[in-house]
Amino acid sequence: MIGAVLAAAQNASAPVLVAQNIAFGIIAVLMIISAIRVVTAANVVHAAAFLVVVLAGVAALFILLGAEFVAITQVLVYIGAIVVLFLFGIMLTRAPMEGTESPSRDNWAIAGATGLLLLALLGYTLWDGFGKDKIPGDLTPTDTGALSDVIFGQYLVPFEVVSLLLLAALVGAIVIARRD
Amino acid sequence: MSASLLGIELTYWQETTLRSIGILAAVLLPAGTFVYLFLFKMVSFMQSRLGPMEAGPFGSMQLLAEVGKFLQKEDIVPERADRKLFKLAPYLVVSTVLLVYLAVPFGPQMTFVSNFNGGIFYVLAVSSISALGVLLAGWASANKYSLIGGLRAAGQLIAYELPMVLAVIGVVIQAGTLNMEGIVGAQANGAIFGFDGLGNPFFFTQIVGFCIFMIAVQAELGQTPFDMPIAESELVTGYITEYSGLRFLLFFIGEFASAGAFAAVAATLFLGGWAVPAAWADLDSAIFNLLGPIIMLTKMMILGGLIFFVRFTFPRFREDQLQRLAWTVLIPISLANILVTTVLKVAF
Repeated sequence: MIGAVLAAAQNASAPVLVAQNIAFGIIAVLMIISAIRVVTAANVVHAAAFLVVVLAGVAALFILLGAEFVAITQVLVYIGAIVVLFLFGIMLTRAPMEGTESPSRDNWAIAGATGLLLLALLGYTLWDGFGKDKIPGDLTPTDTGALSDVIFGQYLVPFEVVSLLLLAALVGAIVIARRD
Repeated sequence: MSASLLGIELTYWQETTLRSIGILAAVLLPAGTFVYLFLFKMVSFMQSRLGPMEAGPFGSMQLLAEVGKFLQKEDIVPERADRKLFKLAPYLVVSTVLLVYLAVPFGPQMTFVSNFNGGIFYVLAVSSISALGVLLAGWASANKYSLIGGLRAAGQLIAYELPMVLAVIGVVIQAGTLNMEGIVGAQANGAIFGFDGLGNPFFFTQIVGFCIFMIAVQAELGQTPFDMPIAESELVTGYITEYSGLRFLLFFIGEFASAGAFAAVAATLFLGGWAVPAAWADLDSAIFNLLGPIIMLTKMMILGGLIFFVRFTFPRFREDQLQRLAWTVLIPISLANILVTTVLKVAF
């Protein structure tokens, strides 16, 4: 999808969404800078704060593509729940206030390799799936009702499997955390 | 966005400017009224005293005096605080309140984002960000009281967000839409067993959801039975301990503006929002762009009065009681409410 946006920006003959492209550029630059700061920040709480900017940027990109429901879910789940839980965990355990205790970077080679692998996989999937498709000039927001019809109709079985998987993970977490 | 408010034709930028000013008014007006009417005057009456009387008639200008006082105070940042996050946190908290108002309709054309399909879902998502601001404020202050206050506040916000979301789902099932204008319309055009003289405010059919929602709102706001995060007898004032001047004022405005925002959301979900029952008047006429906000404010004042009446009546919960109430009482009841609503929706 992002590749398609860039392709639309390069092709002058297609109806170009000027405002959307400018917004995409600003958001993308902000996201990349923040993503680099997430892994280089000396303080783990600062890293979490930069992670919020990256995740909010993802939500903003979803809005640019007219996927408002996905964007709202992104905010509710990732910013409102996951990052808050990250911060909660960090502060409950050690809360490194001084800024001297920098997070360990012993595994940077493995982490970098995993990141590159993920980038290659996602990039290939996007390229394979969309190729040189263009985003239509008249973007309309996705209808939430239609989205739920697809999830609970066509994709009902995968949806239920995923929910079972999450339940299993939850039960597993409780089993591991219990002391008695 | 439709181009005519009250029948006057406006260009796009004029309308947008008007709407932006409108949002500021919609945030600050109820917040100020809440503080004066309930925090100053109602509690004074309940405690057999007069409350502020000097500034203006019946002390009605007291609020402006308070704002002036806070603006004069020095904005102190503790020496060992994390300066950037310390300064950022109050703005994060206040901006979530402003964002909530974007989706709330105040009249047939009086919404900032019209025909917003994910309306109520958006409101819940945006209000969940305030936990982030509170946590960062508590941590960045470099003060143990602040940190404990921030942790308590975040734990409370996470715990009570769930029953709140689940209570809203009952309304969404009954209205058949996430769109807040759609929810208002469903209540105004509904009927109770064929009698449409009152419309069908979900207050009646979703009374369980309403009670859970208001309890969760009380907890999200940190108002008294749930004010463990700023428990002044043990934590000074929790995560706002180190704040002074303008930034303290921002937290203060944030607290009462979000009381207004949640009162507006509850009024829209359960009391019919800006509309009166459709049997009474033609709701599409332009005059409701003027009447709508007044009707909405009245409903917000009723709900705000409820919030503050509870605040000044009940003693504080202990931390473990507070968490137990959310996880073992409110969430199961709200899940049962969803189940019953679904069955009845399919049956009728």
